[in-house]
Amino acid sequence: MLVIEDLRVKIGDKEVLRHIDLEIKPGEVHVLFGPNGSGKTSLLMTIMGYPQYEILGGRILFKGEDITRMPMNQRAKLGVGMSYQRPPAIRGVKTRQMVDICAKAKEKPADAGALSRLVNFEDFLEREINLGFSGGEIKRSELLQLMAQDPDFIMFDEPESGVDLENMKLVGKIIAGLLQRDIPSKTEKSIMAWKGARTKMGLIITHTGYILDYLQADKAQLLYNGVLSCKSNPGEILQCVSDFGYEECVRCVL
Amino acid sequence: MRALKDQAFEAKDKKAALGEDLDLSTYSGTEVHHTYLTDLRVLPDGDRKRLLASGVDVSGQGRGGTYLQMDTSVVHSHAAQEGLEVLPIKEALEKHPWVQDYYWKLVKVDQDKYTAAAELNLHNGYVIRALPGAKAAWPVQACLYIEKEGLAQSVHNLIIAEEGSELHIITGCATAPGLKRGLHLGVSEFFVKKNAKLSFTMIHNWAEEMDVRPRSVGVVEEGGLFLNNYVCMKPVRSLQMYPTTYLRGKGAVARFYSILVGNPGSVLDVGGRIVLEAPETRAEIISRAITNGGHIIARGDLQGKVPGVRAHLECKGLILHGGEIHAIPELSGSAEGVEMSHEAAVGKIAQEEIHYLMSRGLTQDEATATIVRGFMSVDIPGLPADLKAQIDRAVEESEKDMM
Repeated sequence: MLVIEDLRVKIGDKEVLRHIDLEIKPGEVHVLFGPNGSGKTSLLMTIMGYPQYEILGGRILFKGEDITRMPMNQRAKLGVGMSYQRPPAIRGVKTRQMVDICAKAKEKPADAGALSRLVNFEDFLEREINLGFSGGEIKRSELLQLMAQDPDFIMFDEPESGVDLENMKLVGKIIAGLLQRDIPSKTEKSIMAWKGARTKMGLIITHTGYILDYLQADKAQLLYNGVLSCKSNPGEILQCVSDFGYEECVRCVL
Repeated sequence: MRALKDQAFEAKDKKAALGEDLDLSTYSGTEVHHTYLTDLRVLPDGDRKRLLASGVDVSGQGRGGTYLQMDTSVVHSHAAQEGLEVLPIKEALEKHPWVQDYYWKLVKVDQDKYTAAAELNLHNGYVIRALPGAKAAWPVQACLYIEKEGLAQSVHNLIIAEEGSELHIITGCATAPGLKRGLHLGVSEFFVKKNAKLSFTMIHNWAEEMDVRPRSVGVVEEGGLFLNNYVCMKPVRSLQMYPTTYLRGKGAVARFYSILVGNPGSVLDVGGRIVLEAPETRAEIISRAITNGGHIIARGDLQGKVPGVRAHLECKGLILHGGEIHAIPELSGSAEGVEMSHEAAVGKIAQEEIHYLMSRGLTQDEATATIVRGFMSVDIPGLPADLKAQIDRAVEESEKDMM
């Protein structure tokens, strides 16, 4: 379970997150809506542990442990993972190496060849990570790394951005798999039991909601000016935002 | 010969154009005797380790020949493959008249006091030659080793890849464990003939008070390929070199790669110059410099003399724990239609990259090491896998000291 209590964060001189409370239970997937600059990425980066996000108050608990001040790599080992929107390129470090690094966090070896085939990324294993990757290639690279890492809680920063329609299906399917949202066609358990046995947690930033075509989210959150303004059903918020805009939507729900 | 000695004598006090001026009288140039060994495996452990770090395997396994010189004496010299010759240069000068066709033909004996000293007090050096059409399956290994405290070791090497041949050389220069001060003067002349392929990989492992002044010039004829790799990652007091290659024949190609680490107290002034004199020639100079508190001057110079040549210079520096990197890339084109470019960058490790790796589970130190290793890993097309592995090993070895 991920629990955030009264979290306040600043970056530079600006308070970017104000009194955030959030709870994601095992097996739950939340989507995070909000206009540009509302603090969505800041929330993800803070949960991941980026040091430039200074915590002014509150705390973050993951699996019962207080991770508020924990270094990033320890959070990763504990099972926190993230899919970046614009990850940095690292010269001389190959995609294959990144897969191995991710697998090491989980302490189980990954078959980079087999995993890369799942995201049509075999040809990129020997390429330097993120160097000259297109938007869609970055997404597939991030998903490949997450498959190797297999975190228990995964944050996705705009998984749809830069992905063409054909690849959207693939990206959607892989994310659903990572979050145990794919229901296997052959299972000894009933579908109810399968759903009940889910443990993976997810938090997905989305503007368009396209990702919801591939997986069901349990809750939606709306972040506005650094404040989590509304918790509701994902479809409802999306509808409201698209009909009335963020400002109106926040007002109406509040 | 007379004339060479005279020219050298006149230049014996001539300061070099670059690098700190060294007082040669503070070193000893007298002969140091070492017994010739038919089997290098009898060498003490400590020496063997130092040799291995420079890519020289005393078992000779997987090698097409071996040359080992300790101080001023040849300790071992043999070719293990048909079509290859490995000879001490003094012996070669006496026995084989053809050697005169190459000796001091590219490097000027009166270039500076160091070339002069190499002629006036030549200790030895190697001649490695691949006969016409010979394709060496294994690399030849050569090592110039210094054990005697305070020695100025002067050597002269000739490397000849005859027409249509293929030759790979790994050469290590190293000092014995415990050696502090010394000077290495090495003249090397490279001849890559028509359609020949030569790769020359040099790994230096010096000592903190060592001064090093190599002087090398190469010529590549029509259709020839010259790959020149240089790795220097261990402390050295001062190193100055500016190897130069002339692409004389149509379609000749030269590629220089260097990986330098500047440790505290070290001054590395390392350049690379390629002169493109014939049509369709191509050149590439790539250097990676990391300073750990030392001072590195990374020079590069490409000169395009005829139309239609292509050349690229890439010079990247990373400041890890203080120190200074000065990148000096130069291009000069003196004909229409030359296509030459350069790219130089000096910086520190981006926090963003460290954080990215940490979010995948690496500690800060592991993340830094991964980025540094990536920075230093350059793909060298045409280099045999075994030699690439030697370079990787040298990089890994020094990584421990850097972190």
